[in-house]
Amino acid sequence: MAIRFIILTLLFLSSCTIPSLSLYEDQVGLMDWHQQYIGKVKHAVFHTQKTGRKRVVVSTEENVIASLDLRHGEIFWRHVLGINDVVDGIDIALGKYVITLSSDGSTLRAWNLPDGQMVWESFLRGSKHSKPLLLVPTNLKVDKDSLILVSSKGCLHAVSSIDGEILWTRDFAAESVEVQQVIQLDESDQIYVVGYAGSSQFHAYQINAMNGELLNHETAAFSGGFVGDVALVSSDTLVTLDTTRSILVTVSFKNRKIAFQETHLSNLGEDSSGMVEILPSSLTGMFTVKINNYKLFIRLTSEDKLEVVHKVDHETVVSDALVFSEGKEAFAVVEHGGSKVDITVKPGQDWNNNLVQESIEMDHQRGLVHKVFINNYLRTDRSHGFRALIVMEDHSLLLVQQGKIVWNREDALASIIDVTTSELPVEKEGVSVAKVEHSLFEWLKGHMLKLKGTLMLASPEDVAAIQAIRLKSSEKSKMTRDHNGFRKLLIVLTKARKIFALHSGDGRVVWSLLLHKSEACDSPTELNLYQWQTPHHHAMDENPSVLVVGRCGVSSKAPAILSFVDTYTGKELNSFDLVHSAVQVMPLPFTDSTEQRLHLLVDDDRRIHLYPKTSEAISIFQQEFSNIYWYSVEADNGIIKGHAVKSKCAGEVLDDFCFETRVLWSIIFPMESEKIIAAVSRKQNEVVHTQAKVTSEQDVMYKYISKNLLFVATVAPKASGHIGSADPDEAWLVVYLIDTITGRILHRMTHHGAQGPVHAVLSENWVVYHYFNLRAHRYEMSVTEIYDQSRAENKDVLKLVLGKHNLTAPVSSYSRPEITTKSQTYFFTHSVKAVAVTSTAKGITSKQLLIGTIGDQVLALDKRFLDPRRSINPTQAEKEEGIIPLADSLPIIPQSYVTHSLKVEGLRGILTVPAKLESTTLVFAYGVDLFYTRLAPSRTYDSLTEDFSYALLLLTIVALVAAIFVTWVLSEKKELREKWR
Amino acid sequence: MKKKLPLFALFLFFFSLLLFCHSSLAFESDELLVDDEEFGLEGGSKPQIKPHEPAPTRSTTTTTRRKVSDQDSDSKIQFSLEHAFGDSDFVPAGTFSARLKTSSHGGQTLTKLRFSRNAFTGEDKEKFEKLLQDDDFYRIRLPSNTVSPPGRDYIISSVKARCLPREGLDEHFVIHMEGVNILAVNYGAFGACSYPRQLKLPHKWSFNSHTVLKNSEQAPRAPIFAEEVLGENGEGEIIPPPERSFWAKYWMYLIPLGLIVINAVTQAMNMPEEGVQGGGQTQQSAAAIQRGPGSAVRRR
Repeated sequence: MAIRFIILTLLFLSSCTIPSLSLYEDQVGLMDWHQQYIGKVKHAVFHTQKTGRKRVVVSTEENVIASLDLRHGEIFWRHVLGINDVVDGIDIALGKYVITLSSDGSTLRAWNLPDGQMVWESFLRGSKHSKPLLLVPTNLKVDKDSLILVSSKGCLHAVSSIDGEILWTRDFAAESVEVQQVIQLDESDQIYVVGYAGSSQFHAYQINAMNGELLNHETAAFSGGFVGDVALVSSDTLVTLDTTRSILVTVSFKNRKIAFQETHLSNLGEDSSGMVEILPSSLTGMFTVKINNYKLFIRLTSEDKLEVVHKVDHETVVSDALVFSEGKEAFAVVEHGGSKVDITVKPGQDWNNNLVQESIEMDHQRGLVHKVFINNYLRTDRSHGFRALIVMEDHSLLLVQQGKIVWNREDALASIIDVTTSELPVEKEGVSVAKVEHSLFEWLKGHMLKLKGTLMLASPEDVAAIQAIRLKSSEKSKMTRDHNGFRKLLIVLTKARKIFALHSGDGRVVWSLLLHKSEACDSPTELNLYQWQTPHHHAMDENPSVLVVGRCGVSSKAPAILSFVDTYTGKELNSFDLVHSAVQVMPLPFTDSTEQRLHLLVDDDRRIHLYPKTSEAISIFQQEFSNIYWYSVEADNGIIKGHAVKSKCAGEVLDDFCFETRVLWSIIFPMESEKIIAAVSRKQNEVVHTQAKVTSEQDVMYKYISKNLLFVATVAPKASGHIGSADPDEAWLVVYLIDTITGRILHRMTHHGAQGPVHAVLSENWVVYHYFNLRAHRYEMSVTEIYDQSRAENKDVLKLVLGKHNLTAPVSSYSRPEITTKSQTYFFTHSVKAVAVTSTAKGITSKQLLIGTIGDQVLALDKRFLDPRRSINPTQAEKEEGIIPLADSLPIIPQSYVTHSLKVEGLRGILTVPAKLESTTLVFAYGVDLFYTRLAPSRTYDSLTEDFSYALLLLTIVALVAAIFVTWVLSEKKELREKWR
Repeated sequence: MKKKLPLFALFLFFFSLLLFCHSSLAFESDELLVDDEEFGLEGGSKPQIKPHEPAPTRSTTTTTRRKVSDQDSDSKIQFSLEHAFGDSDFVPAGTFSARLKTSSHGGQTLTKLRFSRNAFTGEDKEKFEKLLQDDDFYRIRLPSNTVSPPGRDYIISSVKARCLPREGLDEHFVIHMEGVNILAVNYGAFGACSYPRQLKLPHKWSFNSHTVLKNSEQAPRAPIFAEEVLGENGEGEIIPPPERSFWAKYWMYLIPLGLIVINAVTQAMNMPEEGVQGGGQTQQSAAAIQRGPGSAVRRR
């Protein structure tokens, strides 16, 4: 009896342990991963003094400043500046501060080199825009201080490097001189500032760097005019182009005299037709000119004559000059040769001599070399060695030393444009996973290694290999589909035109592909990813593929490029250069027999083009011809239009896959009072479990669920700037819910005294949006829910039984909707970078809003907090339904940060994908960093948690069975005794 | 007829009120007018307005009218409705007239919208029948600015022609206004238009029009009561958690206790069966129950 009691209580207690929503410390990293990137490197500064010997400081196109470990490429420290804070230049001052000039030359900051702490920050003011230049002279020292010279906004500033104090400022904008170069004269405290006034007047100022005193000012006019960059050849000579771009002008300003010398490009034996430009470089006595597809290295001889030293194709890259030991200079030239990259380091001014010549094998997926930076080190034999930091076309960063790639960083992942997911291959029965990943040999090798490991014979390398294999074959990082749908491939498209497939288990790159560049298109840009083929029921043998839509050029009228990529192998299946543009891409809800999804591309003439171009696709399309509608938002004009398909294109060339469209409806916002700032629609693949919502009063409300809802937010044009630029009285925010089939405005509401930026998310029958309230000086979040009244009479059970209901009737947008809306507004502390909502497989699980906060974290907020039915004193029934008492602001619970202690720097987007398990959703947040995790908004009610103790369960069962036997035997004995009595 | 009389009286009343207001020139309300008035008008064939009335005459009438009413702060304006059958060109189909009300701070709003529709000509009828046959779109458009039509562009709206026929042709306009600008017009059937749409010819070739003018609603303010709460509990007193019920507090003890009791009872029930056969059964069992769990414990 006692045993039974104990067991019962034990069982009871074990069933009572409720899984907590937030993570415990030791659960971090079990189902989430976080990766840090920096982006494409723009500038790099090596340092050879003690503190930074093993480091390189880089600034990138994602506005990141980072200090990297030269041995491994890891990040020591990193700072992500804002989107508008573009880094113009970096350098090192005093041997311990990293100086960065950013925001178009208006912000100067110093960071401590060892740990990245900010030491000081100065704001430089100026009136006019000019080229930002940063110069940290090495020998301008006053006591322990050294000067930093910054030319920006038409002024030259001298800044103390100890505390960032501006020592003196000289305004050149007043004399309408645009500063081109700031030159330090060797071994003196004088500097030259050269610039143009207008396009033909050349000015040279000689300035005392210590106090800003003007020593000399020379000016001279050049009739030809100047254009483009200048190349500094020596401390008193520079080279530029004239306005016809056919004459090289050598300007020398020595001895207080300005002299021009013209050299016609054709005199150098070069064809000067086409695009000629001088590339910025810092080689002594030499400069680089780019003409069409090749580059010329031109040297200034001692007689001030120009001569061509070398001619290379445009893929060759040259580094800046590096000064090593006693004023010797060197520079690196990187050339492509087949699959190899040749790196040669040449001493300054001597082209035919090589200090180092190395050739390295380069993966062709990395594309061309874009930039190279060199650094020298002392070899063990006291000779000079060189290492090169190479930036590739795919934004990856490589360190090359002794003819080997020491490390590489896949920094394209810092600039993700679009993300989609793909299922992994199904695990085939009878065939081991080995078939997918390894060959038989590798499989055998793996088993040998494991055997070695168990027999304690393994060397440290073997142990590492075993660990890697174990990690690979561990449940979460397998290359096959799992029962719960947790393992997926994240297909990401980056600005570098490179596509990566990341494994959702551990975030490793499964494959990567640099998109093929066609001959016809010089500067393609990629835009979006769409799921092209997702094999499902039939066509299981096909691999899934994604469609990449890009365009050739920047303008929206540029012709489109389509690429199809297999998501299992990472091979580009096909690629087309289209004749028409693609302003909009619409995946249709139809697939053909091979599960290829039909897509419509809208060009800038509002014609639509059907893809894939097969007769099967066209026959499917013809059936649904009259049911295809689409809308376009012209944010600049303030017009939203609805369109329908009209007829086949009438052109000279007969195209069966091209269709004309017509405008069905239009909404025109008055330009003087409203400006569109946000337009959000529902996710096409969202699943809604039930339309009915049972309220506490045993009443039913029907959600108005339409796939064709569009949320539009407009603000007063005056208040469309940044926060604080408008008075509350002249600011308003109007929100609309529009049916995109008929153009019907279902809901329209004005928030007075509110302004953008607006972040919104539309899901099921509700929309949540975030904006700034100028009157309350706070951010607000509003929720609006729409309910369908036309179905409200279906409450009668008798009606339902008799079938007198309209629940099964098809819904038509042309019917006049009878809807009611409910709204509520709450204050929210943070400003927001992105908003998303969790999505689950069947839509049963309650929803959470995922809010990307200004601190680059992702906050999960229950939708229940954003319920318009919240009231101050909810009734008992309402409380039971889960309605939270009304509060004026939304709670931010620290435990509900999905990213726990991590930051997703530069957060841009949040993607949620349903797992097969209904309770769980997969979340991928991307920016400069990547973060992935698994969320269960209502806890994992449909599966046991991973830490569930099966052993205890088994033990309990065994103990119970034993107890039953024992008591049975006991009672038998007792019975026998009773009978004998 | 019965209905019209009070309406007429109401109008008279309003008119007199208006007059009164002007004579006194004292008060003008700056209240935001939410014009949700609905006018169910018997549109259609009004004999005095001929179909396809030439545009210039209409524009002259508006200008004269505006001149007349310049001294009062509201004036009458007219703007035309145009329609198209399928992809044909737009032609005038009717006229909206409304009062332009100028409020004291310069904002202008439209009120008292009326609509008169031109009757269908034989040609129109044929075209409409063709639309019905093809299940094509019947399209209408309005100027985006009512004071200086057409403004930036025309506002277009369309409906599947098969949605309109009922007894006559039922149409329903919802015109979304922003001052004197029309943002959007929602045009469609008065009621439902279920899919698949059946081909049905109207009995009467006249329009039964309903128009609604809509302005933007004000959003509800965020509830502000944080200050109050702070003020009340400013001294930092801690609100005691609400008293929980007996069951909520002690369930963890009660359940095992209950189990024990049940166990004991079942044991007690079993005992008499095996013990004394026949008489005295009821008494014993009653006694066992009376003795309660204590006996059960002893038995163990």
